[in-house]
Order: sequence, then C-alpha cells, then structure tokens
Amino acid sequence: MKPAPFVYHAPRELEEALGLLAEHGHEGKVLAGGQSLVPVLNMRLAAPAHLVDINRLPGLDRVEVTDDAVRVGALVRHADLLAHEGAAAAQPLLRQALRHVAHPVIRNRGTVVGSLAHADPSGELPAILAITDGSVQLRSRGGERTLSCQEFFVGPMECAVEPEELAVVAVFGRFPAGTRTAFTETARRHGDYAVAGTALALRVEDGRATLARVSYVSVTEVPAVLDLVPTLEGHDLGTPGAAADRALQDALADAVAAFVEPGDDIHASADYRRHLAVVQTTRLLAELLGSTAATTEEN
Amino acid sequence: MATQRVRIRRSTPPFNPSEAPEEPEELLEITLRVNGTEHDLEVPGRRLLSDALRHDLGLTGTHVGCEHGVCGACTVLVDGRPSRSCLMFAATAQGHEITTVEGLARPDGTLGPVQQAFVECHGLQCGFCTPGFLTTITAYLEENPDPTQEEAREAIAGNLCRCTGYQNIVRSVCRAAELRREGEQQ
Amino acid sequence: MSTRSVGDRVQRKEDPRLVSGQGHYLDDLSQHALAAAFVRSPHAHARITDIDVSGALDVQGVVAVWTWEDLDQTHEAAGQPLPMLIPHPSITAPFTAYALAKETVHHVGEAVAMVVATDRYLAEDAAQRVRVEYEVLPAVVGVETARAAEHLVHEGAPGNVGAYFEQELGEPGPRIDAAPHVLELDLDIQRSASMPLEGKGVAARWDPELRMLRMHSSTQTATGLRAAVAAKLGLSLSQVEVIVPDVGGGFGVKINHPWPEEICVAAAALRMQTEIKWVEDRREHFISSAHERQMLQHVRVGFDDDGVILGMEADVWHDHGAYLPYGVIVPLNTVTHIPGPYRLKNFRVSFTSLYTTTVIVTPYRGAGRPQAAFLMERTMDAIAAELGLDRTAVRSANFIQPQEFPWDIGMLLQDGRLGIYDSGDFPASLDKLKALIGWEEFEAYREQARAEGRQVGIGLGCYVEGTGAGPYEGAHIEVETSGRINVATGLTTQGQGHQTVFAQIVADELGVPLDDVHVTTGDTRAMAYSVGTWGSRGAVMSGNAMLLTARKLKERALRIAADALEANPDDLEIVDGIISVRGAPEATIPLRTVAVLANPLRYAFDESAKAATQFGGKADETKPPIPEEDRPGLEETQFFSPVRTTFANGMHAAIVETDPQTAEITVLRYAVVHDCGPMLNPMIVEGQVYGGVAQGIGGALYEKMEYDADGQLLNASFMDFLMPFSTEVPHIETDHLETPSPLNPLGIKGAGEAGTIPVAAAIASAISDAEGFAVTRMPISPSDLWHLRASRRTDRTDRTDRTDQTDQTEES
Repeated sequence: MKPAPFVYHAPRELEEALGLLAEHGHEGKVLAGGQSLVPVLNMRLAAPAHLVDINRLPGLDRVEVTDDAVRVGALVRHADLLAHEGAAAAQPLLRQALRHVAHPVIRNRGTVVGSLAHADPSGELPAILAITDGSVQLRSRGGERTLSCQEFFVGPMECAVEPEELAVVAVFGRFPAGTRTAFTETARRHGDYAVAGTALALRVEDGRATLARVSYVSVTEVPAVLDLVPTLEGHDLGTPGAAADRALQDALADAVAAFVEPGDDIHASADYRRHLAVVQTTRLLAELLGSTAATTEEN
Repeated sequence: MATQRVRIRRSTPPFNPSEAPEEPEELLEITLRVNGTEHDLEVPGRRLLSDALRHDLGLTGTHVGCEHGVCGACTVLVDGRPSRSCLMFAATAQGHEITTVEGLARPDGTLGPVQQAFVECHGLQCGFCTPGFLTTITAYLEENPDPTQEEAREAIAGNLCRCTGYQNIVRSVCRAAELRREGEQQ
Repeated sequence: MSTRSVGDRVQRKEDPRLVSGQGHYLDDLSQHALAAAFVRSPHAHARITDIDVSGALDVQGVVAVWTWEDLDQTHEAAGQPLPMLIPHPSITAPFTAYALAKETVHHVGEAVAMVVATDRYLAEDAAQRVRVEYEVLPAVVGVETARAAEHLVHEGAPGNVGAYFEQELGEPGPRIDAAPHVLELDLDIQRSASMPLEGKGVAARWDPELRMLRMHSSTQTATGLRAAVAAKLGLSLSQVEVIVPDVGGGFGVKINHPWPEEICVAAAALRMQTEIKWVEDRREHFISSAHERQMLQHVRVGFDDDGVILGMEADVWHDHGAYLPYGVIVPLNTVTHIPGPYRLKNFRVSFTSLYTTTVIVTPYRGAGRPQAAFLMERTMDAIAAELGLDRTAVRSANFIQPQEFPWDIGMLLQDGRLGIYDSGDFPASLDKLKALIGWEEFEAYREQARAEGRQVGIGLGCYVEGTGAGPYEGAHIEVETSGRINVATGLTTQGQGHQTVFAQIVADELGVPLDDVHVTTGDTRAMAYSVGTWGSRGAVMSGNAMLLTARKLKERALRIAADALEANPDDLEIVDGIISVRGAPEATIPLRTVAVLANPLRYAFDESAKAATQFGGKADETKPPIPEEDRPGLEETQFFSPVRTTFANGMHAAIVETDPQTAEITVLRYAVVHDCGPMLNPMIVEGQVYGGVAQGIGGALYEKMEYDADGQLLNASFMDFLMPFSTEVPHIETDHLETPSPLNPLGIKGAGEAGTIPVAAAIASAISDAEGFAVTRMPISPSDLWHLRASRRTDRTDRTDRTDQTDQTEES
C-alpha cells in the first residue's frame, strides 16, 4: 500500500498555489491535513499526477470570530478549532461536534476545511456548516467566490470546488443570543464515523420555539437542515417535561423520519439509522429543554 | 470518523498501465529534523514519512501496521503533537521537529517515564503497536499530567493493540504520570 | 542470594529493548533487499486465460516478474500445490493452493504473479501493470450457499464438501427421544480473523558461496517452514536456515506454512542468487491471510427436570474457505470441545467442512473452541430458560465433579490422542466466578437499574480447553565460561513473554540470577527440532523441556564440581551461580568455572580458559580427559513429550447494558476465573487473559468479515473491520484457581487462548438476559439487536392475533 507516483508541489504563497492549481488542478489534488486523502492514495484508489501541498501557505491557519460568524482558515486543524475558546463560545456546536471527529491524533492533522471539501455525508462538520447556514470561500487565479452550504455540497463525497480553486475559509454562522445547541452521534466504536448523528439548535421564547434547526450526519445524502419550528408549533415548551409529551414526540418522529433518507451499509440498516435519527432528535430536544448549558453568548 | 473515511469498494488495486514511471522518479532534496538531529536525504514526493524514518534513516522503532491511519502504530510527534507518519509525506514533514520512539529516552539514556511504566505494568506483549502508544501517551501527559483511569483509557483510544486488551496500557498511563511527577520532584 | 522467581510477577526481559524501538521485526531487517509485491486476483472465482507481464517489465527498477511457470521451472515441487499439512481421515477432498495461481483462482486476493523490484513502491507500480485476463466463474459465499452446492468451488469436491466427520458416544438418539424435555437450537457464528498488528513477512537470501538459503519469517513455526521450503525447492535441510525475529503478534494466522509468498520469495532468491523481502500490507492481510470462526450449528438436546442432559446431538457446518492447507483442525477442535465441563455420555456430533470462494480458514486464537463454547453454553441457557431455572444451577447439575478426574470424553483430539481431562474443579471455579461478579446480588441491581430506566443483563460462559498438545518441544542450555547461560528452544514467540518465563524456569532450577539467562526462540540454527507455537502449548511444552534440561545440566555441573571440591554431589547446592557444599560455605566453585572445567582445552584463549588447559592443574593420568560416555562443555539438551493433552478451563461472566431505544450494547463488567494450574508468572497469565477477552469482545460485538455474494470482501480495512479500541474493552476482573496437571513436571496447563474462548457465549448470555429473548448469532451489532427486537414484536403480535389475544404471558 504505497501511493502511485505524483509530482509534489509545495508552494509558499497563495498565488503560487493558485497558479499550480490552474495548471495542474484537473489532474491534481490539494493536500492539507491528508487524513482522508493519503489513505486513498496509499490504497491507490486515487492516483493524481500532481499533488499541491498547501501546508506551507501563510495566513490560512487563523480562526476569526466576528459578530455573525466563525471564520476558519484552510490550515486550521480540528484540534486547533476544538481548543479555540472564542469559537466555542460563539458557536458551541463546533466544539460539540469536533469532539466526535475521529480520534485526537487524526484531529491533530486533519483540517476543518478539508473535511468540508471531502463532502462526506458521515462527516460531522458538513452538518454543522449546514445548521449554522455557513458558507465556504473559494479562491482561484480568476478571483474569489463564496458558496453557500447548499451550493457547496453537490452530492455524497462531491463538492462544488472546481479543479483550479482552493477552499480558503469556512464560515460557520452564529445563532441569536439565547439559542441552545447540542450534538450527539452513535458510532460502532468510539471515534468511528457515525451510524447516525444529530445537531440541534433551539431558541425558546415564552414557551414557543423561535428557532429550531436540526441537521444530520450519515442519514442524509448531503447536509441539509430540517426546520422544526412548524413541528413544535402549538406545544408549550416552557413547562417542565414538555419533551416527554407523547403528541410532541410523535410529531417530531414523523417529521424526522420523513426528512432523513438513510441507506443500508454493513454497519447498520437504513431503518435503524432512521430510528436513531428520531431517537437522537427527541433526546437532544429533551436535553435542551431541560438544560441551560451551551447557550450561545450575546453577540 | 469523519475525516478518516474511505469508501472501499474493492480490495485489490486496479490494473493501471499508466501510473508507473518508466523514467526514474524525480527526487526531492529534503532535510528532516528527527529526535534533535538533522538529516539530509533525497526522496520522491510520494515517500511516506513512515518509510523515510524507517528505511532511509534506519529508525525502525516506528512501526507500520495499516498504512491507512487507523492503527496508530506509526504515530510520531510532529512539533510535539502525535501524528500518523503513514499519512504524511516526508516532504511535508520538512521544517518540523519529529520525535520517534527512539527519542523518548531520558537525556542520560535511561528509559523515559512512559517507557518505564510500560515495563513495570506489562503494558506490552508483542511490542509492535507499543511505539505508537508511547509517543501518543508522552504527548498526552504533557497536556494532562494527572489523568484518571477513565481519562487514560480515553487518551489511548486512537491506537489499536491486538495483544494486551488495553488494561495494562491504561495502568501504564497512570503509572507514567506518577513517574513523571516523581521525576519532577527530584 | 537467589530467590525463586517462578510464580512471581517478574518484569519481562524483552521489554527494555522493545520500548526503546530496538526490537527487530521482519521489516526492520534486510533493509537493502529487493522488494516483492504480488498481483492478486480481483475475482472470487475465475479461470486465468492470459497473463501479460510486459508492461510491468518496463517499469524502472523492476528486476523480475514471476508467474506459476517460473516456480515450476525453479523446481518441480515448487510448481505443485502447497502441502496438506495435517491430513485427517475425515478429509474427502484435500485441495490446496499453488503458490502462484496456475489455472484457476478461488478467492479474491489469491496470488497470481509476483513482481520483484528495487523498492516496494516500484514493485507496486509494476504490479498494477500486469494484465491478467480472467473468465469469471460463479462465486460460492457462505455456509448456506456452499451447502446448497448450486455451483462448485472445486470440481473434485462434490457438494463443496472438503471433510465430513461424525462420532457417537452411547445412544443419544433414543435418550433424547425418551427425555422429559427436548430442545432444538440453530446457531450462527460469523468470520473474524487473528489480525495481528504486524502482518506476515519473509526475507530470503541465497548465499551462492555457501550454497545456503537463509530465511527470516514472522512464522509461528521455524522448523516447519524450513522443512517445507527445503522440500519445495529441492534443497537439503542443511541448506536452509529459518530465523524468526521479533514478531508483532500471531494469534494463529502465522502457523500455516509455507504461505505462498514464502515459497515465491525463497524460490526467487534462489534463482536470482540475491536477497528478496516481502512485507505484507494490511490490505493483503485481509484478502490473502486466513480468517476463522464461521459456522452454522444445529443442536438437539434432551434433559430432565433438573436440566441434566440425557442426550445431545450437534451438527456443525464449517466454512473453511477456498483451500484446506491446515486440514480440519478448526472444526475438529469445535466438536471435541463441545462437552466442556459437562458430563456428556450420550452424544453424537458431526461436522461438515465446506469449500467457499473466500479466504482460507486456519486457526485463530481459540481455534474452533469459541464456537464449541458458544454451542454448549447457548444450549445450557436454553435449558435453563425452558425449565425456569437459574443458569448456574443447570450448569452445576451437569458438571463433572472433582473426584471424577481423569475424565474420558471419549473422543480423539486434534493431536490424534485421547481426550482425557486431567485436572480441574468446576464447582469451585463457578463459586469463585459467582462471588467475583456478584451473581446472587444481580437481581437487586437489575431492579435498581430498571427504576432508572436502564436495561441490564448478566450472563456466563464456561469452557474446557485442551492445551499443550505434543508431540514435543526441546530445550538446549549451555553455560559459557563467562557465566552467561544461553538457552534455546525451537518454538517461536509473538509476545507471550517466553524469554522471561523460560528464563525464570531455568534460573530457578539452576540456581542462577535471572539476568544471566538469555533465551533464543525460533532459530533453526540454535534448535533444529521443534513443532511450533500454537494451541496454548508454549509454556507447557518448552517450559517443561526447560525444566528437564536444567535439571540434567545441574546434575552434570554438580558432578564436575564435586570432583573439583572433593565432595559428594548430593551435598552440593547452587545459589546465585555459586556451587557450595551445604554446611561448608568456604568450599565453593562458581558455575562459570565448572563450565571451564567441563571443556578440557589445549589452547588458553583467556584467563579463565587457562585452568582447563593441559598444564592448568593436576590430572588423573589413569583416565582420559573426558570420561567415557561424557562429552565436552557444560550443556544439555532434553525434550519434553507428554503422553497427552492437558486441559485448562475457565468461566467468564459479563454484565451488559442495552439501550432500550438505540439498542447500543455496553459491557459494564467482565469477570474471569481461570485455571491453568500453577502460574509461572501471574502478570503474564493475566496479560494473556486480558488480551484474549478483548479479542473475544471483538468477535462478540464488532468483528465480522463482510463478503458480498460475489465474494468481494467489503471491509478490508481497519476503518470497516472493527477491532476494539480501548474504549470498547471493559476493565476485566480476574481470579484464578490453580489445580495442577499430573501430566507434566511443572504441573501447568496452557493459558494463551483461554481469554478468547467463552466470550461470545458469555456476552450472548448477558444480552439475552437483558432482552428477554435468546441471541443465537454472533457478532451482534446494535442494528442487529434493534431488528431482533422488532421481529420479536412482530412475532408476538402475530401469535397474539392467532390465539385471539389470550396468550400474553410469555416474555412479560
């Protein structure tokens, strides 16, 4: 299991990298953390003629917290973002989800933007990009464009980055003050990719949900958001034990089961995954209705 | 394992007449800094760091168990952070400080605390996965010098061992923490 | 002063080297050898119509590309199928593979061609350019498909049957028919694999001047490989040396030999007069090394009101993969281990071993015994459920009692010798287990958990294991004039701590410091007679050989010392390497000096040797320098060959929690009581148990080779073949019973495989207890469990409908 030969490029400036991608992008790959790419190369499931290693590019390793977003550069490792207090405060789902990304050693090298570009439906970060209504900034020699989450994820394992483009920044949105968030997933082994995973953001005012968004890992083909506000409408969320209400649970189950579209694989059946999505959503809702933890800060 | 997912549809490499070079591959001149020593070497761009360490520098303590980043036997420290050397190209490692199992001994050549703890607690059997555990735990104890058993179990959860059932490795983590503290007091 | 170290938690002599990165595993050696890579079949079953290697030969750095013809041209035997290592009368169709496929491939991953290049990267480049044309034939995957025999794997194996075996004791049929209660069970166990962290590997160097082939291999049998390679390549045994370096785990898969790659690499090294190395990568290991465990089982059992078994019939169908090089050891072990700790006087058992177009099956830690424990223990639980009895009570009612040893099970074991239990105390073991896990207190815990909305269950599994099978192992011990003691045994080591425990035995028996004893394993230059490391036999076989050899050596040393000290040998003792006369501490001679005296010399190569030269001291002119029937040197070789297998046993208990909604399964506690006789080094024994249990947990909850109907292995990576990480293995609590074996001087029984054997049974028992229905198929995933629950609900609804909603008592 050794990679097939390629021409290795290690640009030191962004413009140089973009030039290389313009020239070789169609038969090349971008190497950042390499935690998904290098196994594929080692198994010779891919054999790009050129590899553009962006690890030496300056300025891409920054996490920036703004009023409405957390901006993550292309060389920010999962471990860096996980440890970033400002990011965790501004968008708690980042830390909540990043804890579930593989094992610490993989998080030390793997990049957040790389995970997004990998566009794996079983990735945690695509689901977080979706639920936070995030976007990705792409650069090429021709200029720059920003793709919304919906535009970015084209299909399973497929994103809209063109061969000459480099994804330079991921932008995760922030929720209004008072929004509570939670993330959970079920994996075969600790650290494995999820059989199913759920991210939930909830804002309740006067017993009514004014924001209720949920996105999923491994049970939708591309990251997508289910707006639960209509489902929760008419249920008083202010009373203790509101989440235990049978009618609410049934409504939730119907909405989630209709939304997700899981497939079978060797680890779990589609029906089981759908069931998990329902259970996870129900449990997270109960958790958030009963908790004060992980509430987003005032902007 | 979101960043670590490969969808394998086939378990044999495909017939591919186009990939192999009929000309000698271009070699890159690189410098690797390993265990405090700089080494100049010439490698193709595709040379994995694990192979460069083992076969170009003769540091065979770093072991290769899967070459797809799951087992952890090849874990080395890159600027102090545990990383899979089978998922890194030697050329990428240039300019970083690499620490392998050969670099974990104390300055006087005696066993480092994690190594010593593994000996005391029977933390290894065949010893093949051990270097990856030793590097991982060494870095972990820098961050968390006094882990509970539960934290210790969590800390080693990214490395596979097929012999020990992990129980004595968990003990070794806790014992290494003790040895480190004793070492600091002296 | 010396203290006995046997029985102590002695730190391992291996470890300082291994934790420093100073081990020498196969791929650490022969750094400048040529590298081999293999072209492997992408099809499960196909006829090879053409192989075109020309593209590969164009690759820079390629030295050779080999196909079957090259083997055939090297030596006739190299072109013949690999040996059937363990013939057995039950084998009706003995097919083995060619080292490189000749006309037909029978599994994905079978080696078709070998590329040799200056490095592995280039060898893989070239391997991808070998064009093989195939005519695809039907795949045969799984026991049911094989049994249906719509397509045949080998034309010469009708019904896809490779072997059929049946044995009957007493009159099981009539006893079952007459029994007050009769149950039938169908059970299903899936494939796992040894999966050591180091794959296989071999390096071979032909020395054209000495005309010798030196091989390094990570094999579990150096002598076996040596003999096989010599035979295949037409070399004399004296022309082949096999050295086994540090090995990164074996667990059975490295006992099969010669692996195709061992023959190919050795043959090419010979033909090309060079050094070649092949190091298996993980993908190759998945698709071309061996798997194990897969079996379908059917049981019919008759029993009385106390759960005492009156008669039992068990039929198992075993999937042995594409070829049968290691014979039927796995299913044979299964059927001979079904009785376990229970009286089974009326018993019929059969196995049908079937060909499929999948990777071969050879022993994996436990080697058929986990399947036996699963069969018997699921049966015990089923009896208990049927009668509403406590599961431990049913087992107790069937236990062989301590006074009934030796107990003849009435079957021949894998070594062709009688299965007679030598020692054990099953009631005592069960008492220990119940105390350790808190069996009696569990119902209170269950109630408490239920009140918290949690669902828990407890289960157990018992087993008896034939260990330490013959025919023999040996030991060679020599004392150097420096006092260094070199010890060699032929069996190989893969992490079991042999260098420590064998040194403990020798140090104790000789009365020397442990640090002076240096153990060599698996090197045919040091010990040419050996069998190998398998079946929990290392300590029993080589350990006892060590003891016998050390005794003999000590006797000889004391005889020589007695001459020098002018004392009676019976009055001498060795403490800390110094021989002295008991009660006269001033009269001493170091053992190293005895080594000098034992070897009369002409030449003094150092100061100590001077004493042994012709003018070094006074001599008895009437006797030759070496007495008749004696020989020079302070060394001895002895072999241990037991009359038959010794039986270890144990009992495991598990407490699990199953999530009522997600069906996730968590092992909360795991307890082991183990009886391997006196423990040479309890630290190492416990280590073996912990590791075995972890592999058992893997087999119970995570590990399964997933083949599709075309014979493609869908999870040939560590991402999808789920070996447990630390977070999947519970803390394991252990207790021991030490009933000595009468069959060997150390009184020991094997411990290597014990941890693995009853785990699937114990976990299945616990999950069944938590869920209220019987789990019959392993491994079980949360998705599986969730579907089982759903089908139970559907079943119940159907039944309730049928019975007009009157019968709602069951499972309530």
